[in-house]
Amino acid sequence: MGRTGNAVSQIDQEAPGDEELAASRLVPRRRPGQWGSAAIALVLLAMVVHTLLTNPRFQWGIIGQYFATRPVLDGLWLTLWLTAAVMSCGYLLGIGLAAMRLSGNVMLRSLSFGYVWLIRSVPPLVQLLFWYELASLYPQLSLGIPFGHQFVTVRTAHLFTGLLAAFVALTLDVAAFSAEIVRGGILSVGQGQSEAAQSLGLSRFRAFRRIVLPQAMPAIIPATGNMLISLIKATSIVSVIAVQDLLYSVQLIYNENFLVIPLLLVATIWYIVLTTVLSVGQYYIERYYARGASRTGGRGFWRVARANLPVFSVGQP
Amino acid sequence: MTGAPLLKIRGLRKAYGTHRVLDGIDLDVAEGEVVVLLGPSGAGKSTLLRCVNHLEKPDGGFIAMDGQIIGYRPDGRHLRELSPRAVTRQRAGIGMVFQQFNLFPHMTVLENIAEAPVALRRKQKKEAAALGRELLARVGLSGREDSYPGQLSGGQQQRVAIARALAMEPRLMLFDEPTSALDPELVGEVLAVMKDLAAARMTMIVVTHEIGFAREVADTIAFLDGGRIVESGPPAEVLLNPRHDRARAFLAAVL
Repeated sequence: MGRTGNAVSQIDQEAPGDEELAASRLVPRRRPGQWGSAAIALVLLAMVVHTLLTNPRFQWGIIGQYFATRPVLDGLWLTLWLTAAVMSCGYLLGIGLAAMRLSGNVMLRSLSFGYVWLIRSVPPLVQLLFWYELASLYPQLSLGIPFGHQFVTVRTAHLFTGLLAAFVALTLDVAAFSAEIVRGGILSVGQGQSEAAQSLGLSRFRAFRRIVLPQAMPAIIPATGNMLISLIKATSIVSVIAVQDLLYSVQLIYNENFLVIPLLLVATIWYIVLTTVLSVGQYYIERYYARGASRTGGRGFWRVARANLPVFSVGQP
Repeated sequence: MTGAPLLKIRGLRKAYGTHRVLDGIDLDVAEGEVVVLLGPSGAGKSTLLRCVNHLEKPDGGFIAMDGQIIGYRPDGRHLRELSPRAVTRQRAGIGMVFQQFNLFPHMTVLENIAEAPVALRRKQKKEAAALGRELLARVGLSGREDSYPGQLSGGQQQRVAIARALAMEPRLMLFDEPTSALDPELVGEVLAVMKDLAAARMTMIVVTHEIGFAREVADTIAFLDGGRIVESGPPAEVLLNPRHDRARAFLAAVL
């Protein structure tokens, strides 16, 4: 309020002409609130850094010692490829389920609906244990004619190792959730787009793949990035069936040496690194699919970072 | 204009619930003829166009292009609906331009035009791109190949949409109120492109409220009301001397 008052009185005193006004430099509004909040944030940040550095029980030396050891890196590797395998297979299934749900065929529609309903109703941990314990429900699985000859028979206990159970359970779970994400994205694309594609004589599959799906992507990606990041951490539930992922690897170590906090921090730091890398990747993918949506073209990574992180924007006019 | 018509519509009916949108439409369109559909909103003009492209399925009657029934296969006393794949093949011969342009916003202008020829006619990408440039020149947009639709004005977008439809080398072009979403000053550039097309003897069915265009370009004006063609003939006849009450009232309001 005070600033506005000043500006008005200045104009009154000097009463510049139109030309002068037109030539004057435009000064953006000052933002004292931003400086204040920045100061508070800096103090809080300093406090966090202070306790991180001075509390000896964080045992940074131990963290450094274990950070890149063989078992930890092996666990990290398993977490990475399990996530990648689950995400890609689960997502392909999910796209199929979404297409089924939107199809004109009542049977396909109900199947997809039923699947999503069932999987979303059961906690992932229960699904995981179920597949792991499948042998107690079906000791052996056979492929053949019902009531007739069986061609192949596998003993389930041998088939469903911890790792396969983890892969199957997580993939089926991801499929159900990604189906809903993809379906929402597809519904966000206007009907006119698929009609235009059809009027050009494009097949329904081609219209879906080339016209509708790419336009659904801006709606799909943020939710997918979210799911991928939560999946990386959700894979840590496989530690309950003794699959040696990142979390279980550090658990094995601290069960021996009782250095619980430093080793949990080792895992935490790795999860933070993975999430950071994925967030940057998500930014670039989003920018790619936003092409054509803006008049000016894409915005640079650092421009977006500066606009969203106070560290970069404070101190700029 | 002699011989069999290129497009033949007979007894076409379509209802949404109890509302009859098309109530027995008969229409012939000869090769090279320009037919303008006039009439109040809700008369069934757009539905008729969309049926020609099988974007809407009629409840009765048929539409035949070049003797081939669109969307159906005659089988004794039945018309059995064709597979989506077969309908797709028929649509390739019919171009459509929409009121809302419906360009693909995630593709450049050239990609919009080249998509269908590459997908369907198995044209090489290079050939399709060359064809695209040629068509852009034809609609007066040379040099905008790499723009995205969002970077163009409405009039420019609609001209790209026309070029995109032409890329399939259609024998029939459908225009569904192509200038209704445009600022008045941009209408002219789109109509000019359509006039050029008519001069090149493209067969066209145009739904529009541009009476001037109808008078100048149409060979036939068909006036629709309540899902029927209540009056049809050369522009001079229909515009200057309408016999039907509803047509007279409509023309009095728009002229």
